[in-house]
Amino acid sequence: MGYSAEKLSEEKVFKDPVHRYVHVRDLVIWDLIGTREFQRLRRVRQLGTTFLTFHGAEHSRLNHSLGVYEIVRRIIDDIFAGRPEWNQQERLLCLCAALLHDLGHGPFSHSFEKVFDLDHEHFTQAIILGDTEVNSVLSRVDKTFPKKVAEVIAKTYESKLVVSLISSQIDADRMDYLQRDAYFTGVSYGHFDMERILRVMRPREDQVVFKQSGMHAVEDYIMSRYQMYWQVYFHPVTRSAEVILTKILHRAKYLYESGYGFQHEPHHFYSLFNGDVALADYLKMDESVILYYFQIWEEEKDPILSDLCDRFVNRKLFKYAEFQPSNDQMNKLMELNRLFKKAGIDPEYYLVVDSSSDLPYDFYRPGEEEERLPIHLLKNNGEIRELSRESEIVDAISGKRRTDHKLYFPEDLLRDESTKKNIKRQIRQLLDLDR
Amino acid sequence: MFKDHAKIIKAISVAGEVAGRKKLQKIIFIAKKLSFPFQEKFAFHFYGPYSEELTLRIEELCNMGYLNEVREKKSGYYQYCYTITDPGIDFLSMHELEMPALQGCLLDMNMQNARFLELVSTVLYFDSLEKEEVVEKIFTLKSKQKYTHEEIDEAYAYIEQLKEKAKLN
Repeated sequence: MGYSAEKLSEEKVFKDPVHRYVHVRDLVIWDLIGTREFQRLRRVRQLGTTFLTFHGAEHSRLNHSLGVYEIVRRIIDDIFAGRPEWNQQERLLCLCAALLHDLGHGPFSHSFEKVFDLDHEHFTQAIILGDTEVNSVLSRVDKTFPKKVAEVIAKTYESKLVVSLISSQIDADRMDYLQRDAYFTGVSYGHFDMERILRVMRPREDQVVFKQSGMHAVEDYIMSRYQMYWQVYFHPVTRSAEVILTKILHRAKYLYESGYGFQHEPHHFYSLFNGDVALADYLKMDESVILYYFQIWEEEKDPILSDLCDRFVNRKLFKYAEFQPSNDQMNKLMELNRLFKKAGIDPEYYLVVDSSSDLPYDFYRPGEEEERLPIHLLKNNGEIRELSRESEIVDAISGKRRTDHKLYFPEDLLRDESTKKNIKRQIRQLLDLDR
Repeated sequence: MFKDHAKIIKAISVAGEVAGRKKLQKIIFIAKKLSFPFQEKFAFHFYGPYSEELTLRIEELCNMGYLNEVREKKSGYYQYCYTITDPGIDFLSMHELEMPALQGCLLDMNMQNARFLELVSTVLYFDSLEKEEVVEKIFTLKSKQKYTHEEIDEAYAYIEQLKEKAKLN
């Protein structure tokens, strides 16, 4: 019997707060979980800075990856097995791709990717195809297997059905993170009847479709996605923390490029600053390392870096005002920029507009023909219809406003009247803070 | 601030009018691959390179009143057309964007049909692979579009042509 078919002598189970148990029977999966690259995901939070808003949101990418694996396992073993449209030969490939789909995420990856022009998907590919423990496990299945797993995750694998299980408008990834993020943040949104959704899933050549009888469960999933977007993912306090984090990274990079002498050499950051990040360097980065630097940078001589780190570590976040962009507002923003400079507060770091398009989450949208694959319902007569054409609820949500902008600033500095009192008053008036 | 938004408005402004979200997605992706400084992140989707970030940014620009979106009914589906508005022109004047070669490239791309741009963007998406492998990818991943060898050669030639035009950038 080959390695790909080898089973553990006894099934292993991981207790999981979302799915109750994660079941592992395949030796390949068990071996992958034990690799150092997969274990590193324990030290990367699933929701980045959200723990500063919802104190329970400390769950890791490892928790989520196991959850995605478990959902895909249930779909394949309980729903798809035996159906003519499903190729059982793809089972292990799907399970491995589900487990490893987030492998390349770094610490606070959204901010890091923006500042240092990185792409976690590139690193996922590099880990799977490079000289790593993960590659060594996958290669034991078959020399071509790592490439296939990488292709599924990159969405360039030949079977679109396989890809759509891991990555589509209603996939195992989203179904896990919505429920897991709801559980750990403690919000009452984000819950939906996943068991029902799984039961009405049907494999088709190009994608998974959903029996019309399960439409209400799918509607519930879309509603959860909508509510989680506004209540958790787009929470203004989390965005404030994200803004500060981004500015810390920009400042540290700027200081390095200016030849600033750090009191403690930031060795872990050098490859990032130089724009040449080798895989080995990347894998050394996790959130414990980053938070260590932020703590020691609190004592740096550079006042901006130390202040921003103090704000992040001790949760002294920026306040915000709603910002509805128009040319009048843009002129006001330019005036604020000028006044901040006069007040000795660098607007580059302390006056920031954050937009919804800066975030990595999205709503369901049917889109136009061939823009992006939507969710399809399978009607009793065999016809396939896009969800929002059948569901009034989804159609209504699809038309809602989905964009938002906020202006972030340090209110405490603006209220400190020990210096530049009049200018700060002018700023507060413009921001409508003294009402 | 809003510099990335301004770049998208600039693109639509120099193109005149862009008919179709799919076309707009492919145009910006190709421009990015030609080294124009667009920041939106793209990933491969069912119909080729696609950026959710770009979709949301366009929606923001429409809500800001800087872009005009018109929904047109085509045979059996809707298509969205984009043009710049007067406030959009004023907004653009607040930003200094030096991309002298952008207009030539975008006008040219805008004259191509969405099917061909989908092929060009797919070739560019796999630009780290040898041509043989790219052809295989296209035949596997885009089997329904039924692209021919001639079309693929045309796409390669077109990319070279665009690269020449973009050299001024």
